[in-house]
Amino acid sequence: MLPTPSQTVGPFYGYALPFPGGPDIAPTAHPDTLTVHGHVYDGEGQPVPDALLEIWQPAPDGSLTGAPGSIRRDPVTGGYAGRDGVTFTGFGRITTDADGHWVVRTLPPGGVPYLSVCVFARGLLHHLFTRIYLPGEATDSDPLLNSLDPERRATLLAAESGPGVHRFDIRLQGPKETVFLEFR
Amino acid sequence: MSLSQQEISDEIAEEIRAYAGSGAVRHHPSRGYAPYRSSVLRHPRQPLTVVQDPEAVELTGPAFGVTDVTDLDSDLTRQHTGEPLGERITVTGRVTDRSGRPVRGQLVEIWQANASGRYAHQRDQHPAPLDPNFTGVGRCLTDDQGNYAFTTVKPGAYPWRNHENAWRPAHIHFSFFGTAFTQRLITQMYFPGDPLFAYDPILQSVTDEAARQRLVAAYQHDLSVSEWSLGYRWDIVLDGPAATWIEEGR
Ligand SMILES: [Fe+3]
Repeated sequence: MLPTPSQTVGPFYGYALPFPGGPDIAPTAHPDTLTVHGHVYDGEGQPVPDALLEIWQPAPDGSLTGAPGSIRRDPVTGGYAGRDGVTFTGFGRITTDADGHWVVRTLPPGGVPYLSVCVFARGLLHHLFTRIYLPGEATDSDPLLNSLDPERRATLLAAESGPGVHRFDIRLQGPKETVFLEFR
Repeated sequence: MSLSQQEISDEIAEEIRAYAGSGAVRHHPSRGYAPYRSSVLRHPRQPLTVVQDPEAVELTGPAFGVTDVTDLDSDLTRQHTGEPLGERITVTGRVTDRSGRPVRGQLVEIWQANASGRYAHQRDQHPAPLDPNFTGVGRCLTDDQGNYAFTTVKPGAYPWRNHENAWRPAHIHFSFFGTAFTQRLITQMYFPGDPLFAYDPILQSVTDEAARQRLVAAYQHDLSVSEWSLGYRWDIVLDGPAATWIEEGR
């Protein structure tokens, strides 16, 4: 069967797709919480203030099934109830702010050294996939990373900027353009 | 300084000629599609890095359940105290993967302008009226056969600033999750026979005629309800490798 084509998320998804707690994948105040943040930039190095990022990852024990409850709704008011603060769903959704900046708080993924990312934005007709690789031995020996030339490889590496805090910028275009992936 | 529709239409025609001459089949828009000016600085110029055998994590995806939706979420005409203005419609269809297998229990999200072509969004400054009884956001889970259904009103066309006198054909934005993260899709549904199709660089960014038609819902009279609503059908096929392909030893 032939696929339904993609279209841009456009400028007005902001009241439909983001939800409170979207960036908070880690259960509330979990001691292993990992903060990952960065900017999204366009081909002129300008921040992209209307990008939407989705994160998907295994639980710390490596389980890949996810869990419902990312976007919990309140059956009484019909509004958002937020996450329950306990369940790890493996899914996060974050919009960039007016500076093109985003933050996600999560737990270390089990079994793989990266967080999977899907990027949407006004101006982007088809989403882009990438991976945020976290520092460690598994990253050093990752076959995909090691198939890239060093300059390109560097675009997929999160840089530790403090205890439990990592920086990862996404460049949609330009000299330090992020490596984006196509799955076959 | 502002571009005319004629200039954009000429570029659209040139893109379609170039596509026809390429001999390739392209189901999705090219990310760098100049007639849609916002794309110019927002797409990678390097080729994508092919992952032949995606690892397990990308062949699975987030799970959603009954806690993530309420019953009223799929009826956009019942989210306020009064009825919204406009033509009441239902939109229904089936979500499958490229092998025709239904995508069960997954989240479908929609957002749209009201019947006057205005979004309930601060940054939409189109001087058409907001409707206090319409927000234009909905969600539901697909059923065991992969079906989704929404009740809403038909959105209006609206202007945008890509070029002089640029108008978007009426459309509903849709977001789909498959069984795998690789199948993720955000797209737009259009209404049959809209006279604005030819002028719109976003729809025309899909340069393959048959693929473009797959973005247009079908009016289906047996889905209309007497004295109540008009029925549209729009089926979705999610692209990308699916987890089940591996289970079945592809
Ligand atoms: Fe729109």
